[in-house]
Amino acid sequence: MSNGMKVLTNGILKENPTFVLVLGMCPTLATTTSAINGMSMGLATMFVLICSNIVISLLKNLIPDKVRIPAFIVVIATFVTMVQLLMQAYLPAIYDVLGLFIPLIVVNCIVLGRAEAFAAKNSVGLSALDGIGMGLGFTLALTLLGAVRELLGTGACFGFHLFPDNYGALVFVLAPGAFIALAYLMVIINKLQKK
Amino acid sequence: MVYFLIFISAIFVNNIVLSQFLGICPFLGVSKKIDTAMGMSAAVIFVLTLATVVTYLLQMLLVAWGLEFLQTILFILIIAALVQMIEIILKKISPSLYQALGVFLPLITTNCCILGVAILVANGTEKLPMGAEHGMLTGTLFAFATALGFGLALILFAGIREQLALAKVPEAMKGTPIALLTAGLLAMAFMGFSGVV
Repeated sequence: MSNGMKVLTNGILKENPTFVLVLGMCPTLATTTSAINGMSMGLATMFVLICSNIVISLLKNLIPDKVRIPAFIVVIATFVTMVQLLMQAYLPAIYDVLGLFIPLIVVNCIVLGRAEAFAAKNSVGLSALDGIGMGLGFTLALTLLGAVRELLGTGACFGFHLFPDNYGALVFVLAPGAFIALAYLMVIINKLQKK
Repeated sequence: MVYFLIFISAIFVNNIVLSQFLGICPFLGVSKKIDTAMGMSAAVIFVLTLATVVTYLLQMLLVAWGLEFLQTILFILIIAALVQMIEIILKKISPSLYQALGVFLPLITTNCCILGVAILVANGTEKLPMGAEHGMLTGTLFAFATALGFGLALILFAGIREQLALAKVPEAMKGTPIALLTAGLLAMAFMGFSGVV
């Protein structure tokens, strides 16, 4: 397996940001009330992650070491603002649902973490692949959690009703269900990895 | 009375961690001991209140100049600068307080409840009880009460986790899963407050 392939799959399985690294918990828990919402949040984060990884990797020799964190934050915040304005213009319905959590991608530990741990040390191509891999891992995790919560909470999946209308434990759509669903997903993944 | 209700609402009914999902990272990260949880809570109360006042004033300038789209970038920079400044001032004025809060201050920049609350208050979209109007005073009180709510949740959670360290937990549940499950039960307990205000 080539080096690039390794970097790409690293974020999806071995170092999955949600299930293994446990980073970026706020959007993970808050925006996964349904599979679609989780997926939108994951894709928005993925866009920021790829763009900021590429730009930071290009600038890595220009940024003085002492001010690198503020410089990284400015780069990330610029892309977050772009996502925010684009979503507001073209996807207003999703923008309203995700609301506050779009600007909060700035303080998502995954984005800054990958900038510091990977993009600041590696070539542009590898950094882009790392952004794609991590972004996919995050999106998959959020979509999975969103699908589980939607199914248990309302009996639907991606908006399609699989069970009768009055089926569903509402608690899974509310706050406690987010914690509990994520906890059990992690238990299942831990179990599978042990085998 | 309205001011009292702001406190009840922000601390119990709309608890920032357990019902709004802001600040989960420090909630899971620094909740292994009650001592560190208290230090973190004190630092958050301090920074959140101050940051909200500063960003509220900044937002007025941004609106006056028509530069609202710069909100995210400027707010995060202001918060980072503010945290640095507080660190330097504390070191000079009160070394003992610096000793207690010092470790937690750098972590606070990336605590999403600071930027989250600052944006909510600046946009006038924070959840206030009936009869309260958005403004500088209510915004500041809301930020202070929210930080108290964060502290309450964090210290309660740390207390539970200290006990949990002694319990026998199934292998696959060790670490994060059991912590999340505990947080879920705590969130369920806080759901009981809904409808009070």
